[in-house]
Amino acid sequence: MTSTGFGLLSLITFFPLVGALAIALLNKEAKGNARWIALYTTLFTLGAAVYLWGQFDAGNAGFQFVEEMDWLGGSIRYKMGVDGISMLFVVLTAFLMPLCILASWQAIEVRVKEYMIAFLVLETLMLGVFCALDLILFYLFFEGGLIPMFLIIGVWGGARRVYASFKFFLYTLLGSVLMLLAMIAMYWHAETTDIPTLLTYKFPTDMQWWLWLAFFASFAVKLPMWPVHTWLPDAHVEAPTAGSVILAGILLKMGGYGFLRFSLAMFPLASQDFAPFVFALSVVAIVYTSLVALVQEDLKKLIAYSSVAHMGFVTMGIFSFTVQGVDGAIFQMLSHGLVSAALFLCVGVVYDRMHTREIVAYGGLVNRMPLYAATFMVFTLANVGLPGTSGFIGEFLTLVGAFRANTWVAFLATSGIILSAAYALYLYRRMIYGALEKSSLRNITDMNYRELLVFAPLLLLVIFFGFYPAPLLDVTAVSVKKLVSGYEAAVQAAAAASVR
Amino acid sequence: MSGLMANYALIAPEIVLVVGAMVLLMLGVFRPESDRETEIIGWLAMGVLGLAAWLVLAQSSDRQTLFEGGFVVDGFGRFMKGLTLAGSAGALLLSFDYMRETRSQKFEYPVLVLLATAGMMMMISANDLIALYLGLELQNLALYVVAAIRRDDVRSSEAGLKYFVLGALSSGMLLYGASLIYGFTGSTAFAAIAAAAKATTAATDIGLIVGLVFLLVGIAFKISAVPFHMWTPDVYEGAPTPVATFFAVAPKTAAMALLMRVTLGAFAGVGPQWQQVMSVLAIASMGLGAFAAIGQTNIKRLLAYSAIGNVGYALIGLAAGSPQGAQGVVIYMAIYVAMTLGAFACVLAMRRPSGMVEEIDELAGLAQTNLGLATVFGIVMFSLAGIPPLAGFFAKFYVFSAAVKEGLWPLAVLGVLASVVGAYYYVRIVKVMFFDEAKEKFLAVPMRAGLIMGLASLFVLLYVVWPAPLVAGADAAARTLF
Repeated sequence: MTSTGFGLLSLITFFPLVGALAIALLNKEAKGNARWIALYTTLFTLGAAVYLWGQFDAGNAGFQFVEEMDWLGGSIRYKMGVDGISMLFVVLTAFLMPLCILASWQAIEVRVKEYMIAFLVLETLMLGVFCALDLILFYLFFEGGLIPMFLIIGVWGGARRVYASFKFFLYTLLGSVLMLLAMIAMYWHAETTDIPTLLTYKFPTDMQWWLWLAFFASFAVKLPMWPVHTWLPDAHVEAPTAGSVILAGILLKMGGYGFLRFSLAMFPLASQDFAPFVFALSVVAIVYTSLVALVQEDLKKLIAYSSVAHMGFVTMGIFSFTVQGVDGAIFQMLSHGLVSAALFLCVGVVYDRMHTREIVAYGGLVNRMPLYAATFMVFTLANVGLPGTSGFIGEFLTLVGAFRANTWVAFLATSGIILSAAYALYLYRRMIYGALEKSSLRNITDMNYRELLVFAPLLLLVIFFGFYPAPLLDVTAVSVKKLVSGYEAAVQAAAAASVR
Repeated sequence: MSGLMANYALIAPEIVLVVGAMVLLMLGVFRPESDRETEIIGWLAMGVLGLAAWLVLAQSSDRQTLFEGGFVVDGFGRFMKGLTLAGSAGALLLSFDYMRETRSQKFEYPVLVLLATAGMMMMISANDLIALYLGLELQNLALYVVAAIRRDDVRSSEAGLKYFVLGALSSGMLLYGASLIYGFTGSTAFAAIAAAAKATTAATDIGLIVGLVFLLVGIAFKISAVPFHMWTPDVYEGAPTPVATFFAVAPKTAAMALLMRVTLGAFAGVGPQWQQVMSVLAIASMGLGAFAAIGQTNIKRLLAYSAIGNVGYALIGLAAGSPQGAQGVVIYMAIYVAMTLGAFACVLAMRRPSGMVEEIDELAGLAQTNLGLATVFGIVMFSLAGIPPLAGFFAKFYVFSAAVKEGLWPLAVLGVLASVVGAYYYVRIVKVMFFDEAKEKFLAVPMRAGLIMGLASLFVLLYVVWPAPLVAGADAAARTLF
């Protein structure tokens, strides 16, 4: 464990708060300044996160950049650190934030200051989730994110924003409070809330069951898994574009990250016992929600359901307990973070112009918006998982992992890819191709420079990582190997004990 | 001689309060009554509270008794007295602007607050059933009058009468319980009762337990635990808002301290018996507090149900019966006082040119007309809902933690589920303020309410950064009970 005195992680995590404070002190009318401060803050955070990535030692499976301080008393301490699993999520979060700010540049005209503050606070809380190395600290960040997201959906959302924000808030809160109790139980049992220590702590098998279920309640809602995914389409539809980007890009990943960090690593025996259950839910998610996506009339809803399906691949990969599966799950989450974010931004582009998300309101956009059509196509294909895009790598690896664990699951999940091609291409045809018949679309304009600026990095990365995934996989490799071998050792030890 | 002086030093805060109250009373009676005079008396009362607080904090935290063991001064008492005094002072401070605006300045109000606070201090230090009753009644008599302080207002009078009738009933039950306990243990001193409770046999058991239950009923009324909560919403709604604030913070803290001293001190020997009672009270309070608040349209009634629910959470810590549990209760009460003062300060800021408003709908769109007020109110509401990283989360965290440690799983699980239901109505207020269309503007926030709001929201926000002082203080306080 390398430990540095310099609090780089704390700086990255809490710097957005400084920006939020600066905006709060601004004059009430200073919309433009609020935007620029938010942009500079998020760009600085991104720079620091990239620097962190550069300093990260990929050959080290332990936690790096560890910081520790006394906090709540007892053994509950302020502890931060990243390993190969969390490192890239930090970068992803920092990367998506400036794009969100840019995407909201013109779309948000009312209460701009508050909007930017909410986003910056949210960024701090999201970064904290991935950096926290203490159970209670993790919970703090995990749960605290509800407040800004609730406000973002509720204040700047669409027509049914109140319903959607309450559903989002109460669903996730209900899942999380049980996790809190489980964390407390772990604290009293292991007498520590230090995550690195708990990773090697062996809980009794029956206790693992209960703990696993409590954590599952939280992460399954957050991810979300079928059948507790119903808050997601509502939240996505009503949230402003940038809110949807953050929801799909990062908040959902917290569930997957939680499965990796807690469920799999701390409760290996329970994970083994529950794996068939998770597989079943994953396959249902992949197949069923893909079918549901086919019949959606609302652009955002369609992408939301496709997110649920893609998260099915993530859970399937994680619970295959293979290096490929877990690697693939992480890659899939990162790739989905880019692709779904881009898709929601694509929706935002036409929504800002036409103020409708009905698919039937569009058609033949290629005639007026060639740049948009091309961009949308790349991300549609990445969503399908076409080779050459980042979407392919993740899905392929999770399927390889699942194939080694359970052939039938892999078989059924593969059929989900076909369905995803069906709904994604069907959507693309209806929106982009054909003659421009709707009179309302006559004067629609193609993307402007600001929008191109938002899409360019996403486009580059999706294709770059599709051809050359190594920079990402190298970072995760050692930590994932350690995770999987730790799991196998625990399972084998338990099996040996039961034979004896 | 020096020993006698030392003894009186221990009750110096109480003496200051009582003497201060009497001097101010004389001042009020014999000086011509004018608004200016009344306000000066209010400020002098603040000074008396401050002096008492200084004396309390200057006391040593070692356990010392006087009046033949009837009155105890220890670290626990010091912490809870400090908290009670802070609550009284905060509530009194909030009353100035309100009283002036509603033209209801009365010099009796600060005097009665001082007397009630003196009673609370007695309750916290009571180590004997007689001392307990003396303190409780001194507090009660002052509170009955305070509830009806606006005697020309029907609702205020109704609140006072309701509180008086139900309070008298509960005092009667408490006395009945006390007499049973005295009958079966042969003493009113907590030390002797504790010895008897430890050595309970089948013969004394039932009488002692019945007496204990009656005693607990009497105290449960004061902390408004379900099913003895009926008065709370009516009194909160009927009493003037600053008075409701006072009711919500100071007597609750004192009664909770008293309850802890009785259960963990005098009746430690029959722990499982009262722990059951506490569990039932906790579950009922959390459940009713969560569900009944949903339908409320009046913000003060909502805060009343919120107080009922909060008492339920605090009782979880007591039901655990452990040092962690006691520490949890102490922290809970401290954070509760801060949040409640903040919430009521916001309610006091709901002023239109036409007068005060109390309907939740009136808050609609507050974020657009007065963002500062809406933000503070929102922070307090999220904190009451127990969302991290705000202080309210930690309050719940410590009591749940204690419950889990003792294996009280049903209590902990029902508690967190109730907190989700509760979150709904707290967050609904945020929704009204932030999501709804703006209504007519409120008047500017009164300065003193603004001060309390600022302090409360800073505490709620920054507790997470620096929790150590409160945790350590509560830990030291709770330890002296065991």
